[in-house]
Amino acid sequence: MAQKITIEPVTRVEGHGKVTIHIDDKGNVVQTRLHIVEFRGFERFVQGRPYWEAPVLVQRLCGICPVSHHLAAAKAMDVIVGAGTGDGLTPTAEKMRRLMHYGQIFQSHSLHFFHLVSPDLLFGIDADPAIRNVIGVAIKHKDLAVQGVMMRKYGQEIILATSGKKIHGTGAIPGGINKHLTTEERDKLLKGPDPLNADKMIEWAKAAVDFFKNYHKKNKDFIDNFAKFPSNFLSLVRKDGALDLYHGVLRAVNNEGKKILNDVDYQDYLNYIDEEVRTWSYMKFPYLLELGKENGWYTVGPLARLNTCDFIPTPLAQKEFEEYKAYTKGKPNNMSMHMHWARLIETLHAAEMIKQLLEDPDIVNGELITKGKKQYEGVGLLEAPRGTLFHHYKINENDQITMANLIVSTTNNNQPMNEAVKQVAHKYMNGKKEITEPMMNAVEVAIRAYDPCLSCATHALGKMPLQFDLFDQYNNLILQKFK
Amino acid sequence: MKNQPKVLIYGYGNPGRQDDGLGIIFTEHIEEWIKNNKINNVSVDSNYQLNIEDADTISKFDIVIFVDATQENIEEFTISKVNPSPETEFTMHSVAPSLVLYLCNDIYKKIPDTYLLHIKGYEWNFMTKITDKALNNFQKAFEFITTKFLNEEYEF
Repeated sequence: MAQKITIEPVTRVEGHGKVTIHIDDKGNVVQTRLHIVEFRGFERFVQGRPYWEAPVLVQRLCGICPVSHHLAAAKAMDVIVGAGTGDGLTPTAEKMRRLMHYGQIFQSHSLHFFHLVSPDLLFGIDADPAIRNVIGVAIKHKDLAVQGVMMRKYGQEIILATSGKKIHGTGAIPGGINKHLTTEERDKLLKGPDPLNADKMIEWAKAAVDFFKNYHKKNKDFIDNFAKFPSNFLSLVRKDGALDLYHGVLRAVNNEGKKILNDVDYQDYLNYIDEEVRTWSYMKFPYLLELGKENGWYTVGPLARLNTCDFIPTPLAQKEFEEYKAYTKGKPNNMSMHMHWARLIETLHAAEMIKQLLEDPDIVNGELITKGKKQYEGVGLLEAPRGTLFHHYKINENDQITMANLIVSTTNNNQPMNEAVKQVAHKYMNGKKEITEPMMNAVEVAIRAYDPCLSCATHALGKMPLQFDLFDQYNNLILQKFK
Repeated sequence: MKNQPKVLIYGYGNPGRQDDGLGIIFTEHIEEWIKNNKINNVSVDSNYQLNIEDADTISKFDIVIFVDATQENIEEFTISKVNPSPETEFTMHSVAPSLVLYLCNDIYKKIPDTYLLHIKGYEWNFMTKITDKALNNFQKAFEFITTKFLNEEYEF
């Protein structure tokens, strides 16, 4: 008898997802799918609006990473106002935007690790869900819980100082930025009383990397072999090959490290990337044109970024990067749970970048805006916490937006997440007579490694309970569980 | 003059999704009202959603009123006491006030008197304009809270 298992939605990721697993009469997994409802209404919604509104409007997509959308749209509008890409801005504008961006990366990565991942690591994926959560961490590992709270808060303070508002910030504008930091704001973020200062954040970020490495030593089999599969990897890198989360050129490598995209200009992304529609999913599947639909899918995010870049341009993160790369002897890392290791190295890098930027005098002084000859099309890319984020706009003679195309990080990771679900379902569920809570959570752990922002991919609203359905071969519901 | 408690009004929601912005406009109007009436013991904060760092924020106050839009079947608005609860949500989009309060107690050993002001909303599209019916509900809720504060009443 074939059975269909549905896990809906995936817990502790933003938005909603549904996992369906088909099992044959012997209990073997025959098909797995991760379903996300991708709603493209937002691209239509911005049509007709003046282009300068886009950086503020797009923040409505999601309350989790509004800064990433704000900055990606602003970068596209930089092109439209003739300011060029990235390095065309004034030093002050670029550094203020970078500070905002690294603040966002820092708070988002911190939340993901301390709030979502640490419960699985501290208590084990088969632990009672009643304790395997942030409250369990607060009770048993209070120091970690406090660090998570304060690292989030510090990142939010940076966003507030650079964008002017917590909601619908207006910091980035086409061609630049609309404010400096005041010296008081700068000093507070740089040297404020413990723990909300740059040095403490670096110390805690380093401690989080050490925490993961210690865990890894004791749990090598789980961390190295859970949801491991080959992939291509894509991200921005700086022109000299350094990790750069704000600006650069597009690089893609395959599982052996061979370059597929060799540092190309992202303004031409449509020459290299397309999106496939599959009948069973509302969310598209992006792929590299050179490799085709079957083989061209790729992973984005922390794992991909540390696979594509040559080095990290801050000392502590670079030291960790060298150890990380040595573990795979310099080859691309294809272990999904190493995404957490990579994410924590990026968190440390973000903390170091924040300190560097706060110490830079351009942050409190200098020209804010650049303008040039108006263009009618612009693409803005950056590395959002979850991966590469594409914003592409066209405008008309009246300055109205006529076309918008957004490829969000979670959409880029659609196929890798499906691969991760497949790997884990086969490993944990094949041939089992009963589907247990730890088995279901194993699937969720695999998806959580990618930190998907499903509401960003779906632009959804509302909440749903966790639902677990088991169907027989005739599609009769024979088991239903809610979590 | 009575010793006044430190009060925080914390509105949350996405003002780009029509009535989901009710919590935010409530906060904006309270901020203006505080200035005009020279109120010293009431502060405001707002965000797209609550999250774990808000445990730190609320730990500095005696009374906290979270303000949020709701789709629930209520008349105009409701205000209810929030009790700490370790129950986690399925998503990070919506860390519940009860969880924020629980974390606050767990980490800071403080439990401010906490309330949730729910204002009824109706439409949730990609628009900034709040519906007239929701605005009417907001107005009623605003009058209720500000009247209480002017009378120095802080229990609901």
